[in-house]
Amino acid sequence: MVDPPLLDVRDLRAGYGAFAVLHGVSLSVLPGEVVAVLGSNGVGKTTLNRTLSGLLRPRGGSIGFAGEEIAGADHAAIVRAGLVHVPEGRRVFPNLTVRDNLLLGSYARGRAERAQSLDRVFDIFPRLAERLRQRAGTMSGGEQQMLAIGRGLMARPRLLILDEPSLGLSPLLVEEMFALIGRLRGEGLSLLLVEQNVMQSLAVASRAYVIEHGRVALSGTADALSRDARLRAAYLGL
Amino acid sequence: MALLMPALVGGLLTGGVYALVALGLTLIYGVLHIVNFAHGSLLMMAMFGAWLLAAKFGLDPLVALPLLAAIMFAVGWALYRFVIGRVAHGDDRAILLATLGVAVVLDNLALVLFTGDTRTIETPYALQMIQAGPLLIPLAKLIAFACALLLAGALWAFLALTDTGRAIRAVAREPEGAALVGIRPDRIFALAYGIGIACLGAAACLLLPSFYVSPQVGGVFVLVAFTVVVLGGMGSFPGAVVGGLLVGITENLGGLYLGEDLGPICVPLLFIAVLLVRPTGLFGSVR
Repeated sequence: MVDPPLLDVRDLRAGYGAFAVLHGVSLSVLPGEVVAVLGSNGVGKTTLNRTLSGLLRPRGGSIGFAGEEIAGADHAAIVRAGLVHVPEGRRVFPNLTVRDNLLLGSYARGRAERAQSLDRVFDIFPRLAERLRQRAGTMSGGEQQMLAIGRGLMARPRLLILDEPSLGLSPLLVEEMFALIGRLRGEGLSLLLVEQNVMQSLAVASRAYVIEHGRVALSGTADALSRDARLRAAYLGL
Repeated sequence: MALLMPALVGGLLTGGVYALVALGLTLIYGVLHIVNFAHGSLLMMAMFGAWLLAAKFGLDPLVALPLLAAIMFAVGWALYRFVIGRVAHGDDRAILLATLGVAVVLDNLALVLFTGDTRTIETPYALQMIQAGPLLIPLAKLIAFACALLLAGALWAFLALTDTGRAIRAVAREPEGAALVGIRPDRIFALAYGIGIACLGAAACLLLPSFYVSPQVGGVFVLVAFTVVVLGGMGSFPGAVVGGLLVGITENLGGLYLGEDLGPICVPLLFIAVLLVRPTGLFGSVR
């Protein structure tokens, strides 16, 4: 018997003003699965994330999460349900300390289990534990990215959306980031990984969707896609 | 020296209440990034509220303080929710006009309801003095100073140590990031505006025993409050407190050494001097 999907997106449409960005996207994430969403700039990846996390109201289609319909639900309710979005550009609170940033990560859940969540984040990111009183705005880009993910983990997500986590990081830190994603996968966390970094994403993901012009252009298992001639031609220039 | 110390202490005591008025203004600026032109008129309204409670219901301003702060919180919250937030749409000019419009309406409403007369209340402690060494300290001002600093401390603890306080600080700089952790920025804006106006309710009760009330009284304090906020650094909490105390002292020393006519130039001079050296104010930072 196959598990029902944790995230089940069907024919999702969204846009801004007169601009339609998503023209019916369907995708799913099974429990414990890492799914990559690939595509170059401007194809609608960020719009997809903003719609999934409730920052943008969808114009059509459905978003099933853990068996509930969440399309059009309030962003706070979506976080409480366990769908947590770590945005592109980190969006940490620059004027707050690392500790306050992390504590706010569990804002939607309240104080229950906060100490355990903190311990878990410190276990994954020992560097954050050393910098509790530092203001987030004074940290380097890589540290801010870790803080953003740590803040997301504080919400005890059932599904974590990582939006371009490797963007703007040095090659060494990109390696570290993908190692971290592998570790989170190993702990059984479901991940939707939205990336431009095609090969490395396919290496950690079990399945992937390639988005072009607001539609799913290609999808399949990571193995099959990494051998797909069209993908290699479009993104790797091979 | 015999004159200096009383003037210094008197200025410090008045400065405490200035700080409270300025804290409300700087909180609203720091979180919502709007200049609240209705601040003075709302303070005037709160002072009339305190006066009404005292003159008609015999409620001492200090007893009325929690009540009036709560009422003013509700007024501020509703004002943001139904007027300022509605017209805002992220446009600063719209907010400027909205807060200015609220000020005009309140000022003229007060003229209709209360006429232009100035009013005062009698409290048993208004004229009492406390002997502290060679100093005679007016009890009403001492109480006002202590309460103002206590409230400022409580507000600081609220912002620093509670989830809601952290959320207010988070929304101030990163509303989208805040939304992603489940904070509703619109609610936080209304809350912050309400708290800023609640400061005025408290300040009104502290001012009333030693100041008169009239429909024009807001202008007096709002000019001071704006000076304090810019001098201390816009949006800065310690800036509002230190700035308030500094302006209170400067005002009193100016009056002492330069007299009634020339004294009032001292605060603007201090203002210019500080901004020449630190354009972002004492505690301000470049964003």
